[in-house]
Amino acid sequence: MNLESLTDILFALVLFLYALSTIWYLAFVAFQKKFLAQIGSGQLWAGFTSHFVLILVTYFRIGHIPAHNLQYSLSLTVWALVAVYLCFQFSMNIRILGVLVTPISTLVLAIAFSLPNPGIVIGKQFQSIWVSIHVVTSFIGNGAFALATCVGIFYLIQEKAIKGKRQGFFYNRLPALDRLDQMSYACIAIGFPMLTIGIMTGCIYAQIHWGHYWTWDPKEVWSAMTWLFYAAILHGRMALGWRGRRLAYLAIIGIFLVLFTFLGVNFLLKGHHGDFTNF
Amino acid sequence: MGILRIFERHAMQIILMGLNHKTASIDIRERLAFTKEDIRQAMDELMQVPFFSELCIISTCNRVEIIVVSNLSENQSHQITNEWLSYLSRHRKIDTDEIRPLFYIKHHLDAVRHLFRVASSLDSMIIGEPQILGQIKESYRHSVLKKSAGVLINRLLHRTFSVAKRVRSETGIGDHAVSISYAAIELGRKIFGSLHNKPVMLIGAGEMAELAVEHLVRQNAGPVYLVNRTFERGLQLAKRFNGEAIRFDELLEQLIHVDIVISSTGASECILNKFQMKKVMKRRKQRSIFFIDIAVPRDIDPDINQLENAYLYDIDDLQGVIDVNLNQRKREALRAERIIDEAVIRFEEWLNNLDVVPTIKALRNKIDEITRFEIDKTCQMLETKNTCQLHSSLERMANAITNKILHDPIQFLKGEGFHKDRAIYLDFTQKLFRLD
Repeated sequence: MNLESLTDILFALVLFLYALSTIWYLAFVAFQKKFLAQIGSGQLWAGFTSHFVLILVTYFRIGHIPAHNLQYSLSLTVWALVAVYLCFQFSMNIRILGVLVTPISTLVLAIAFSLPNPGIVIGKQFQSIWVSIHVVTSFIGNGAFALATCVGIFYLIQEKAIKGKRQGFFYNRLPALDRLDQMSYACIAIGFPMLTIGIMTGCIYAQIHWGHYWTWDPKEVWSAMTWLFYAAILHGRMALGWRGRRLAYLAIIGIFLVLFTFLGVNFLLKGHHGDFTNF
Repeated sequence: MGILRIFERHAMQIILMGLNHKTASIDIRERLAFTKEDIRQAMDELMQVPFFSELCIISTCNRVEIIVVSNLSENQSHQITNEWLSYLSRHRKIDTDEIRPLFYIKHHLDAVRHLFRVASSLDSMIIGEPQILGQIKESYRHSVLKKSAGVLINRLLHRTFSVAKRVRSETGIGDHAVSISYAAIELGRKIFGSLHNKPVMLIGAGEMAELAVEHLVRQNAGPVYLVNRTFERGLQLAKRFNGEAIRFDELLEQLIHVDIVISSTGASECILNKFQMKKVMKRRKQRSIFFIDIAVPRDIDPDINQLENAYLYDIDDLQGVIDVNLNQRKREALRAERIIDEAVIRFEEWLNNLDVVPTIKALRNKIDEITRFEIDKTCQMLETKNTCQLHSSLERMANAITNKILHDPIQFLKGEGFHKDRAIYLDFTQKLFRLD
C-alpha cells in the first residue's frame, strides 16, 4: 500500500468516527444519559488520534506541515478545534459542548474531504521549524476562539432561559451561567497567547525568508486586527468586568473576524498566504 | 372450582387498611397518628389476635396504614377491619362509625401495588417527595424488632424498598424543586454552578425567607449577612445563622460583596431600584448577583432583571418554576407506574411459588422416603439370598413402591364425603398425571 491510499483511507476513517460521535452526542442531548456522551467522547478520541496519525503521515509524505491547500488547512482547523475541545472536556468536564463541536467538525471535514487535492508540490520554503510552530499555534488559537464561540452561544441560550423565566429544552442540559462564562473566558485566554506566538513566529519566518518582519500584507493586517480585538476582550474582562452576555456576544463577533482573517482575506483580498486556500 | 378453594384456604392474605390526606382531614390524621411507642404498644396488643399473623404499621403526617397478613379469607377480612377499628376506638377515643368510611381496604395484589406506590411517593401530597421511603423503613424496623414481620412482610417490604429505589433512580420523579426555597436554590445553582462560599444576604425576615437561607447554608453558602430595619432583630437573626447583622443604610455598600440576596420585608415600596443597582453592578465588576424577592408587595424593582448579570425572581416567578416542575414530576409518575406494574407482577409470581414450593417439596420427600425404604429392604434381602433371585426381588420392590405411592391418592379418590365434587377430582387427577 502506498502512502497516498493510506492517507485516503485514514481521512475517510476520521470522518466516519467524527460523524459517529456526533450521533452519540446528539443522543446524549436528547436522552441525558451519561454513557451516551462517554461513548461519543470515546469515538471522538479515536477520531482525534486517527486524525493526528493522518496529519503525521501527510507530514512525512510531503516533508512539511500540511497546510498549504484548502483541504489540508480545513482538516488542520478541525483537528485543532477537536484538540482544544478534548482538553476542555477533560479539565472542565463539560460534555454538552460536544453537541456543537462534533457536527461542526464533521461538516467542515466533509467539505475538506470533497475538495480536490491539487497534489503535492513540495515547497522547500515550508520546511522551516518556524512555519510548523506558526501553523500549529495559529490553528490551535483559532480552535480555541471557535470553542469560545460555541460556549458563548450556549451562554446566551441559558441566560435567556433564566432571565426570561422560561425553562426550555436546554435549561437542564446546560451548565451554570458562571461556568459557561468562565469557560468562554478560559478559551480566549488560551487562544490569545497561541495567536500571539503564531503571529510572532510568522514574523520571524518572514524576516528569514523575505527579509522583512512586517509587510502590511492584508493577511498580516487582519491578523493584527484579530489580535487587537481579543486583546481588548481580555483587557475589558480584567479591568472592566466584561463578562456574561457581553463576553458571549464578543466571542461570537470574534469568530467572524477569525474566519475572515483565515479564509475571507484569501478569497477577497490577495496576499502572500494565497496557497493556503488553493483547491 | 372446589379444589382451588381448598388451596386458597391455606394461603395467607395480605390486607392493607388505611387513610391518607385524600380521604381524611388533618384533624382526624392528627388524632390517629402513631408515635414510636404507640406503634410498639399496638403491635404487642394486636399480635395477640389469633388471625393477625404478621403486622406492619405505617404512620406519617399524611397517612396511617396497617398491613396485616392473615389466614382469614378475603370475605372474612371485615373481622380484621373490626379488630383494628376497635383498637383505635379503645385507645384514641374516636368513634368507629366516624372513621370507618375514611378507611380504604386493599386486598392482596391491590395492597401490594398500593404499598409500592406509597413508597415510591406516587401517593404523596407532593409527588416525588423523598421522606416517605425513610418513614416506611422506620415502620418496618419496628415490625422486625417486635417480631411481627414474617415471610410475607419481610419479602413485601424488601421488594417495596427496591421498587422505590428503582423508581427514584430510573425516573425523574424526584428531580426539580417543588418548594419555593428549593426552587430558589436550584436557580442559584444554574447561575453560579456551586453555591459553596457564596455570600448570602437576607433583607427583612419571614418564615419562607429564613427557610431559604437555611437551605442555602446547608449547601455551604455563606457567610450570611442580615439586614433589618430594626438592628436588634438583625442581631437576633445573625445569631441564629451565625452571620453578621448589617444596618439598613449600609445595604447598598454591602450589595457589592454578596452574590445571593433574599428579600422579604414589609415595605410598601421597592427598597432597591434599577438605577441604584446599576451603580452597584459596576462596582461589583459585573459579577453575577441573584435576587430572590419573596415579599408582597415586591421589595426589588422588577427592572433590575434587565441589568446584565443581575437575575431577579419574585414569588410568582418561583411559583411558575414550581408549576413546571410539578407537571414534569407528574409525567415521570406515569413511567413510575409502569415500573410498579412490573414489580407487582413479579411479586405475584413469588407469591404463587410460595404456595407451590412447600407442596412440591413435601411430595418429593414422601416419594423419596418410600423408595429409600424399599431399596434398603431389598438390599438387606439380597445380602442373605443368592443373586439368581435378584430379578424377582427387584420386581417386588418396584411393586411395593408403586402401591405405596398410589395408596393415598387412590384412597382419596375412592373416599366418601364429596359425592358432588368427585367428577372434579377425577378430572383433576387425569390432568395432573396426563392420563387423557
